[in-house]
Amino acid sequence: MRHTISVLVENKFGVLARVAGLFSARGYNIASLAVSETLDPQISYMTIVVEAKDAKVLEQINKQLNKLIDVITVTDFTKKEHLDRELVLVKINYAPKDKPKLEAIFEKFVGKIVQHKADTATVEAVGDEQQIKALLEELNKFGVKELVRTGKLAIE
Amino acid sequence: MIGAKILLESLKKEGVKIIFGYPGGQVLPIFDQLYDFDIKFILTRHEQGAAHAADGYARSTGKVGVCLATSGPGATNLVTGIATAYMDSIPMVAITGQVGTHLIGNDAFQEADVTGITRPITKHNFLVKDVKDLARTIAEAFYIASSGRPGPVLIDIPVDVQRADTEFIWPEKINIRSYQPTYSGHPGQIKKAAKLISAAKKPVIYAGGGVITSGAHLELKALAEKIQVPVTTTFMGLGGFCGTHKLFLGMLGMHGTAYANHAVMESDLIIAVGARFDDRVTGRLDNFAPGAKVIHIDIDPSSISKNIRVDVPIVGDAKNILKQLITEIKKLPDTAAWLKTVEGWRKKHPLTYKDDSAMLKPQYILQQLWDLTKGDAIICTEVGQSQMWACQWYQYLTPRTFISSGGLGTMGFGFPAAMGAKLGFPEKEVFNIAGDGSIQMNIQELGTCVANKINVKVLIFNNGFLGMVRQWQELFYKKRYSFTPITSPDYVMLAQSYGAVGIRVTEKTQVRAALQKAIQTDNTVFIDFRIEPEENVYPMVPAGKAINEMIEGLA
Repeated sequence: MRHTISVLVENKFGVLARVAGLFSARGYNIASLAVSETLDPQISYMTIVVEAKDAKVLEQINKQLNKLIDVITVTDFTKKEHLDRELVLVKINYAPKDKPKLEAIFEKFVGKIVQHKADTATVEAVGDEQQIKALLEELNKFGVKELVRTGKLAIE
Repeated sequence: MIGAKILLESLKKEGVKIIFGYPGGQVLPIFDQLYDFDIKFILTRHEQGAAHAADGYARSTGKVGVCLATSGPGATNLVTGIATAYMDSIPMVAITGQVGTHLIGNDAFQEADVTGITRPITKHNFLVKDVKDLARTIAEAFYIASSGRPGPVLIDIPVDVQRADTEFIWPEKINIRSYQPTYSGHPGQIKKAAKLISAAKKPVIYAGGGVITSGAHLELKALAEKIQVPVTTTFMGLGGFCGTHKLFLGMLGMHGTAYANHAVMESDLIIAVGARFDDRVTGRLDNFAPGAKVIHIDIDPSSISKNIRVDVPIVGDAKNILKQLITEIKKLPDTAAWLKTVEGWRKKHPLTYKDDSAMLKPQYILQQLWDLTKGDAIICTEVGQSQMWACQWYQYLTPRTFISSGGLGTMGFGFPAAMGAKLGFPEKEVFNIAGDGSIQMNIQELGTCVANKINVKVLIFNNGFLGMVRQWQELFYKKRYSFTPITSPDYVMLAQSYGAVGIRVTEKTQVRAALQKAIQTDNTVFIDFRIEPEENVYPMVPAGKAINEMIEGLA
């Protein structure tokens, strides 16, 4: 099962390697990882989506993260009310006649065409896990050429 | 003040009396300062020896051990020593030189990404890029290494930082917001534990290295005596409870005593103190102590409920928690019948070996060593059969008298660690129990011993085999002794060529006199004991079995 956790860390040299190394050394899987500075430039915020087969593994992930000297706090969003979002950029097959169909999709989802070149449109969209999944199913009907995503961001 | 001097002044502030290490190109400024600085420096013959010696010093004294090496190969040679300390939670600070900051990442001569390499085997590590950060970094390193669950910390210092000049400002107080170890146990949890103890019929105390780290041995004794509960320790816990106490069951686990293993398996309550339910202790996990509730006291939350389900976790320092727990227990459990059962196991399944008048038995040598020293010595060991016999056939009366690589199981650890222990306690007799395989892994430290008059006594149980692996091949691989026979040099001549003393013992009747001579000799001594080649360590729990499914060997 996938779990979302956030980790506040000291914004120091090597801290990402420490967190990533912990996951690889103990055989945990990272599904996605997003890192950036916070309001306080000395602190970074990581949102990590992990695969954990049971509660025991998740508990160990939390404890091991807390054990890292540069980790300030760990928040497990599994049973916590939170907001999460992900941004995706999708290149799809596109011809001007498709415009009404796409616009219909954007009535249901937060997204837009940010670039259009020859037979390809680049779509930008933001949403939670369910929304992104549903959107990608819709876009698949056009033919997806390329997809990049930021990984999930979560906040309490 | 230049960085190199700041480093040494900072070490002095931390109370460092001794550094083990080896010079090299990227630590020249530090060695230039060491030349006439009043910290003792021990030049080992290999950086691995320096790391293990610092570790042995830390294990015996409880202080932070310090080792120093140059960049690249100097630093990578420390790696096994750092990993050894990490697995056994030993406080250590390793200092390495690094190529100049402008060269880092350029594949410069003798460059290695040492903070990268040591990240998973240190509690924390630092690369100091600015001399202004140096003093504070050293203070933080010592604080992290010695607090909470201790461990090794590495500081990588580029050579230009060692040469750079700044004002020396020593931080008197260290506060790391992201690192706040818990020392006092939760009172509610301690109450719950006390209730479980009062209600228990068949309780057992299972104590580990945390008792020694925390200095909780007196509290452990007080608790065991108050509630009259048998005590078993892990390998790392040996010495944490008096080895001759009537409540002591010896070590448990793969080569533990049968009665300790039976007691744990049949218990209805395990009081775990500073131990981590390691796989050598539990054997087959799903069958470990099926009827027992578990109280787990540990300073590291990640050790709790990692391997087995815990009923009452208590995070904190063992000494604090045991003190509170002792006063919290109002009603004593009735353990008279249980103690009788346990004593029955002790009588029925004693530690034993088949003595022989013709062949020299390692167990007999250890019995003689015990008889001559009665626990007033520091026993270091290498890894393998000799190590397990040393656990079984010598009694450890006080903490920090048994020094051995547990978690990592590092061959070549014992000899340099014994040097560190001897330097920590020059008045004490220090023995290294070795096999002929292990001793050859860091035998070059004979040079260090003789040059610095570090008089350790090395007892080589020479059976011509890598004995523990051979034992597994005998029992589980149809006696196909694949690359376990091993040759040795003439240890007597080897010792003599270094200026040490060598003794050869081939018969039982010579054992006592040889040990006495070693004790009386004011030099490093190697005793080459030619022991029974195919002696095995029993009892033994085969891989994948529950710990009461032991092979007990010969009665």
